[in-house]
Amino acid sequence: MRTTQVKPRVTETTTAWRHHHILDIDDFTREEIELVFQTTRAMKEVLSRPIKRVPTLRGKTIVNLFYEPSTRTRLSFELAAKYLSADVVNLNAQVSSVAKGESLVDTLGTLQALGADIVVMRHSHSGAPYIAARYIEASIVNAGDGWHAHPTQALLDLYTLYEHKQNLKGLKAVIIGDIMHSRVARSNIWGLTTMGIEVTLCCPPTLLPLGLGGEQLPPVKIEPNIELALDKADMVMTLRLQRERQKSGLLPSIREYIQLYQLTEARLARAKPDALVLHPGPVNEGVEISPAVAHGTQSVINEQVANGVAVRMALLYLLSGSQKQ
Amino acid sequence: MSKKVIMIEEDIKRTLARIAHEIIEHNELLKELILVGVHTRGVPLAKRLAADIEGFAGVKIAVDTLDISLYRDDLSSLELKPVVKLTDITATIDGKSIVLVDDVLYTGRSIRAAMDALIDLGRPRSIQLAVLVDRGHRELPIRADYVGKNIPSSRHEEIKVNLKETDGVDEVAIIPTPSKEGR
Amino acid sequence: MKSLLIQGGRIIDPSQGIEAIGNLLISEGKISWRGKGEEAPPQPDYDTLNAKGLVVCPGFIDLHCHLRQPGDEEKETIASGTRAAARGGFTTICCMPNTNPPLDNQTAIEFIKSRSASEGVVRVLPIGCISRGRKGEELAEMGELTLSGVIAFSDDGEPVPSSYLMRQALDYSRAFELPVIDHCEEKALTEGGQMNEGVISTRLGLRGIPSAAEEIMVARDLALAELTGGRLHIAHVSTEGSVELIRRAKEKGIKVTAEVTPHHLTLTEERVIGYDTNAKVNPPLRTRQDIKALIQGLNDNTIDIIATDHAPHTEADKLCEFDLAPFGISGFETALGSLMSLVHNGEISLSTLVAKLTHEPARIIGNKYAKLGTLAAGAPADVTILDPNLEWVVEPKAFASKGRNTPLAGERLKGRVMATIFQGRLVYKDGSITVKEG
Repeated sequence: MRTTQVKPRVTETTTAWRHHHILDIDDFTREEIELVFQTTRAMKEVLSRPIKRVPTLRGKTIVNLFYEPSTRTRLSFELAAKYLSADVVNLNAQVSSVAKGESLVDTLGTLQALGADIVVMRHSHSGAPYIAARYIEASIVNAGDGWHAHPTQALLDLYTLYEHKQNLKGLKAVIIGDIMHSRVARSNIWGLTTMGIEVTLCCPPTLLPLGLGGEQLPPVKIEPNIELALDKADMVMTLRLQRERQKSGLLPSIREYIQLYQLTEARLARAKPDALVLHPGPVNEGVEISPAVAHGTQSVINEQVANGVAVRMALLYLLSGSQKQ
Repeated sequence: MSKKVIMIEEDIKRTLARIAHEIIEHNELLKELILVGVHTRGVPLAKRLAADIEGFAGVKIAVDTLDISLYRDDLSSLELKPVVKLTDITATIDGKSIVLVDDVLYTGRSIRAAMDALIDLGRPRSIQLAVLVDRGHRELPIRADYVGKNIPSSRHEEIKVNLKETDGVDEVAIIPTPSKEGR
Repeated sequence: MKSLLIQGGRIIDPSQGIEAIGNLLISEGKISWRGKGEEAPPQPDYDTLNAKGLVVCPGFIDLHCHLRQPGDEEKETIASGTRAAARGGFTTICCMPNTNPPLDNQTAIEFIKSRSASEGVVRVLPIGCISRGRKGEELAEMGELTLSGVIAFSDDGEPVPSSYLMRQALDYSRAFELPVIDHCEEKALTEGGQMNEGVISTRLGLRGIPSAAEEIMVARDLALAELTGGRLHIAHVSTEGSVELIRRAKEKGIKVTAEVTPHHLTLTEERVIGYDTNAKVNPPLRTRQDIKALIQGLNDNTIDIIATDHAPHTEADKLCEFDLAPFGISGFETALGSLMSLVHNGEISLSTLVAKLTHEPARIIGNKYAKLGTLAAGAPADVTILDPNLEWVVEPKAFASKGRNTPLAGERLKGRVMATIFQGRLVYKDGSITVKEG
């Protein structure tokens, strides 16, 4: 126990970071996103050292509670936590909606009793992290919930853009793909528009949820024609198309989707010459994106992955020690 | 809140010049020296010292910056999270003599964190410490090699160092703070 | 049983067109006398309940509720459900047959009737299934059910998916002159749906239930009602489009009645923000525009009655991911309080509200049982006494219902039931109500 209480003044060197959880990016202000950028830069410096480790989260327990399988995101969070010297536990929970076994709330109770400080949660049902936030003292980081949000992905996408362009206001971003079922799309729509970026959505109308393009949601343009959508874009993000979409009757065929919406070199040429190509991964080469573009010079897909670790380190740092209101 | 000014611009200038001379006196191989400024105000102080040393001894000294936020031992209990600034250590520090530069030495915990950071970055030959103000109340066995001014203080006071580069004015003042303890 | 005089209250009885301060005497379980001002009743021997400053009206009638017994007794029983109804001012409640086993035969109905008689504290009128086993394939034995005492038919919880079966149901039921109640939902459009399809569902990443799904079935049922001449009753109307369809059908003379719930009249889809499973209900909470149309529908009699669709669930049932939670709101004990906000906002008059809860539902049920929904002399003494201005905070832990699932937890409401009398007996009384022995 410390004998001296430290109460630094609020200056340009300290910040009243008010988030005890990271559930969605829709309540982040532009200043807060810029703070994440700044902290990420510092974390990238740590990652450039021969010994990639700082003692910042020593003694903290971070639990990865993944109800959906995910190698990439889980590894990213695990590495981020370890580089900050935290103790990491991985729980690959199985969701069985028929025979409930241990319910979500029961599992959370167990984690609480075991002293988890931060729970990184991925779940197939939208809103699950919000329930977690109600029933546990620990900080909850949403690593993706159903169709709803994937805030850390949006932040690393934004950071990747920021690293290349610095000044984000007024840039033109295009998101192509299954917007309806995509938490990455939703979080990016919120994140990009908060930073003053103009967003265009390009997809078959059956994959566009109600209300987007209207006044009650962040301002976006809708353009189902890919050539028109890509005109003078600064950033193009393609989303993974899942085969189930065709099976559930939302698309006549994957073939037609490829014909109308695949990001090819020819189509990419309509964007600005220095436009960046992003993809949240895993990539379906030959479906939503041609292999040439995926491996081309404008693709920053690998940078996204690297930035992911730094962004997550930044977020874990900013969350650590915050108190539940 | 009545502020008591202890040092004005002239005082700071003279004090830094004296420290620069002391550093030159105690370090034969100035070329192997790196001044590492601890964010935030240690950075402009380190730059000024380097300029002074270059002026007096004709040797250009390397200046790097170090952010210790990630090494603090009190992050859990802080209401306000420190903004992490960039740590910029340009060349390898292995075998070099480091002079850490900070504005105020108080409990010693910042310097402990700074040393941990440096040792994570490499294996310096030696680490020395230069501070503008030593206000006492050490909680760890840390001492400064070069001290600008000793200002005995009580825990109910704050020693505020303002520099032109960060605050627009050069000044060191004591500010009484009711029932607050500072670092 | 001693007679009871309810003194000095503002008597509102839309069945007789009465709204005046007066005194009401109850003798031997029936309304026996009504007087004005200081008028004393003809007989001297009675207890007195001081109703000064309060409203006195016929006991509320709920045409749509779920009592969960038999089969899901952990969610509710006839005993707990009727007690909750009494606290809400309801003296007659009609229970839906989606129990386990479903109420599609005489034995099941007899069970409900005997349990209600022995354990219930208010009148329970059963609704029988439309289809055998509620499977939506073959007609249930409507004749036997009628003889057993059902007051309507419904497969509620589910729609009748087959237009052919719905036609047969409307046709065949004509012999019994009982309404066929449909839960209007085109399942092909609502599969996996969690909340109203719109801006909020897009934000929250939840699959939506479009208004069109309800309107398609309403239109279908209205066409079939026109074709067959059967009595159709539309359960829990929730959209502007449905109101419009029903309005036009009534203009054409089609035999249709309709109901709306208190939650669809007062809460929008915004209640779901934050993923509150207590706001998950089917049909879902919709938009402000739909609410405006529903209120208009009440005022112009397109919508005949208000019914709670009381749907209790256990805490554990609702304590899970939004997608996995069952639909339903426990509504008996907050009905009047939440509806009074419409009166206080001037959107509906108190007498219209009372009519929609008493006289109008009684008309749909008919006189088979007794004169319900009225304070006329000789009618059963089913009386509700309420304070239209009392402010109170909703505390689900204090509910008599086993179902604590309400989105109104912690909400401040203005208007509360103070006492409920069923067949002359006080079945609910707030602590502040005093009965002086005479």
